[in-house]
Amino acid sequence: MQRVDLGMKNDRGDIELAGVCKSFDGVTNVVDGVNLRIADGAYCCFIGPSGCGKTTILRMIAGHEDPTAGEIVIGGQNVVGLAPVQRRTAMMFQSYALFPHLTVRENIAFALRVRGQSKTDRLRAADAMIEKVRLTQFADRLPAQLSGGQQQRVALARAAITEPRVLLLDEPLSALDEQLRVQMRQELRRMQQELGITFIHVTHTQLEAIALADLVVVMEQGKIKQAGAARDVYAHPHDRYVAEFMGGQNVLSGRVEKVNGASFTLAQAAPDGIEVPLQARPAVSVGDKVDIAVRRDDVALVRPGRDLPPGCTTSLPSRVLAIEYQGYFVKVMLDTVPDDEFVAYVPEKTFFADPFTVGDVVTATWATGSALPLA
Amino acid sequence: MQPSPAPSRSNLAGWLYVSPLVLVLVPFFVAPILVVLAASFFATDGFGGLTPGFTLASYVEVLHSALTLKLYLATIKFTVLTWVFTLIIGFFVAYFLVFHVRNQLLAIGLFLLCTVPFWTSNIIRMISWIPLLGKEGLINQALLAMGVIHQPLEVLLFSDLAVVIAYVHQLTIFMIVPIFNSMARIDKKLIEAAIDAGASRFDIMRLIVVPMSKSGIALGTIFVVSIVMGDFFVVKVMSGGGSASVVSAFYEDVGVLQYPTAAASAVLLTLVLVAIVSLILRTVDIRQEITR
Repeated sequence: MQRVDLGMKNDRGDIELAGVCKSFDGVTNVVDGVNLRIADGAYCCFIGPSGCGKTTILRMIAGHEDPTAGEIVIGGQNVVGLAPVQRRTAMMFQSYALFPHLTVRENIAFALRVRGQSKTDRLRAADAMIEKVRLTQFADRLPAQLSGGQQQRVALARAAITEPRVLLLDEPLSALDEQLRVQMRQELRRMQQELGITFIHVTHTQLEAIALADLVVVMEQGKIKQAGAARDVYAHPHDRYVAEFMGGQNVLSGRVEKVNGASFTLAQAAPDGIEVPLQARPAVSVGDKVDIAVRRDDVALVRPGRDLPPGCTTSLPSRVLAIEYQGYFVKVMLDTVPDDEFVAYVPEKTFFADPFTVGDVVTATWATGSALPLA
Repeated sequence: MQPSPAPSRSNLAGWLYVSPLVLVLVPFFVAPILVVLAASFFATDGFGGLTPGFTLASYVEVLHSALTLKLYLATIKFTVLTWVFTLIIGFFVAYFLVFHVRNQLLAIGLFLLCTVPFWTSNIIRMISWIPLLGKEGLINQALLAMGVIHQPLEVLLFSDLAVVIAYVHQLTIFMIVPIFNSMARIDKKLIEAAIDAGASRFDIMRLIVVPMSKSGIALGTIFVVSIVMGDFFVVKVMSGGGSASVVSAFYEDVGVLQYPTAAASAVLLTLVLVAIVSLILRTVDIRQEITR
C-alpha cells in the first residue's frame, strides 16, 4: 500500500465542503451544492429527515462515495478520489458492522492488522483502546455476545484505533433503546473530547443533535437549510422548515398589515394583529406574506377578561384542544391558528396553580420581543 | 414450561410432528441400511443364495484384499481433485455473483444459468464430452490444426482426467449453491467497514469473506465428497473402464452374486463417509447455515 502521507503528516481535521453534489441516477441530486466549513476538533451533527442526503454527505467525506461535483477538503487537502485510509478518516457504521466472526479484540485490532502491524503491537494497542472504552472483561467475546451499548463501544474503538483526524458516525445511537441512548450520547461526547478530533454525526433526532453538537447542520432535500451552534439553530431558526423540524416553536403565517419602524404588524385572528419586531430580517412591506415563530415556552395562557402579563401586546383567543402532562411542564394544544399546530409549554407549577381543562377558552399571548420573523 | 396436565397428549403431538420424516426415513433409509448391514454378516453359497447367520468372513475378505486399498486410494484421488476444482470454481463464481454483480435480478439470472446443465440428464451431459474430448474431438482437431501436437492426445477421453472433468462439470453447482448462500448473507457493510479500515481486496477475501463462507464451503464439501465417493457410473463411463472406484468394485460383486462382500464393502464405505463428514462438521459449525 502506498503511503502518501509520509513526511507531510497533517493532523488537522478541519473540513470544507465546496459545491458538493451527488447524483446516483444522473437526474436528481441527492446532495445539491453543499458548502460548509467544519472547524478542527468540532462535534458536528447533520440532521434531517431520511432521504435528505445527510448520510450521503457523510459517506462522501469518508470516501465510500465520490461526489458528482465539488470539492471535499480535509486539513487543507482535497481528498476527492482518495481511499479512506489516505484521508485518515474512520467511519462508525449504522448498526456498527462489527465482524461477527472476530472477537472484540480482533475487531478493534483489524485496521492495524491490515496495515501490517505485528501481532504483539496491534494486540497491545487494541488492549489499550479496549480499556479506554471499558470493555476489558469482554475482550475475548464475539460481537453477538455483547449488548447494544457494548457493541457500540466496540464500533467506536475500532474506528478510533487508527488515530483518524475525522471520525464519521452514521446514526450511531439509533440501534439503542432510549435510556441507553442518552447514556451513550455522553460517552460519545467524552470520547470526542478525549481524542480531540473532529466528529461528524448523522442523526434524525433533534434532541441528540442539540445535546451534542458544536455545529448543527439542518438539511432538507440535499440542501443545507441552516448551520450554526445548537442554540442558534434551536432558538433562532432561519425559516419555517428549520423551526418546525427542530421543534419547540409555533409557526404562524399571515400578511403584513402595517410596518411601523422597527416592527411590523401581522394580520391574524388577533383583534389587533400580531406585533413582530423586525430583528435581523430585511424590511418587509405591507401585503407581504410572512412566517413568524414563537417559542412554545414563551407562550403564556390567560383566562379571558384577565389582564395580559406586562410586555405582551398580542392576544389570540383560543380553545384548549388537548393537554399532555410532561413532568416539568404541561403541553397545552390550542386551536389558535386555523392551519398550524399551536402549542404552549406551561411550567408545571404555573399550570396547576389554575389548571385548564379541554374545551376551556383562553387567551394566548407572549412578550412582543419574543416573536421571531422567519425568512 | 408449564407442567402439562396430559403428558400423553403432548407426547402424541410430538410424534405427529416427526411422523412425516419418520415415514420417509424408515422405509427409504433405515430399512435398506439394516438390510445391507444384515446381509454383510450372512454367508453365501456363491450362487446368490444367502444363509442367515453371523460371520465376519465378508469383512475379512474385503479388508484383506489389496484391491480394497487401491480402490480407496483411487476414489480418494478423484474426490480430492474434484473437491479442489469445484471449490475453486464454486467459490469464485459465488464471489462474483454476490459481490460483483450489482444488479440483483442479473445475479439471480446468472445463478439460474449455472443450473442449465442440469436440465438434461447426467448421461447426456457425460456423452456430450465425447465429441469435445475424443480422439477425433474438437480439442484434438484444433490442436492438430494449430500444429501444437502431431498425434491426437489420448489422455483427454477415457482417462482419469476425463473422470475429473466430468465430476467437476457435474458437481460445481453443489459448491456454488451453499457458498453463494452463505456469502449472500454477509452484510455489505462489513466489506465497507473493512475498506474503511484499510483492507485490500485480498485482505477482505482472506479475513472476511472466506471465514464467513466457511459453513457454505463445508456444506458444499459434504455434497461433493459424498457424491464422488458414492459414485461409480462417471468413473466407468469417462474412464472407459480403465479406472475403478470403491462403488464400482461392489457393483461388480453384485453382478457376480457376491452379495455379502458387496454389503460389507458398502458398510465400510458408509463408515468412511460418516467419519469424513463428522470430521468436516467438527472443523466447521454449519448449524448457523441450517438454522437461519
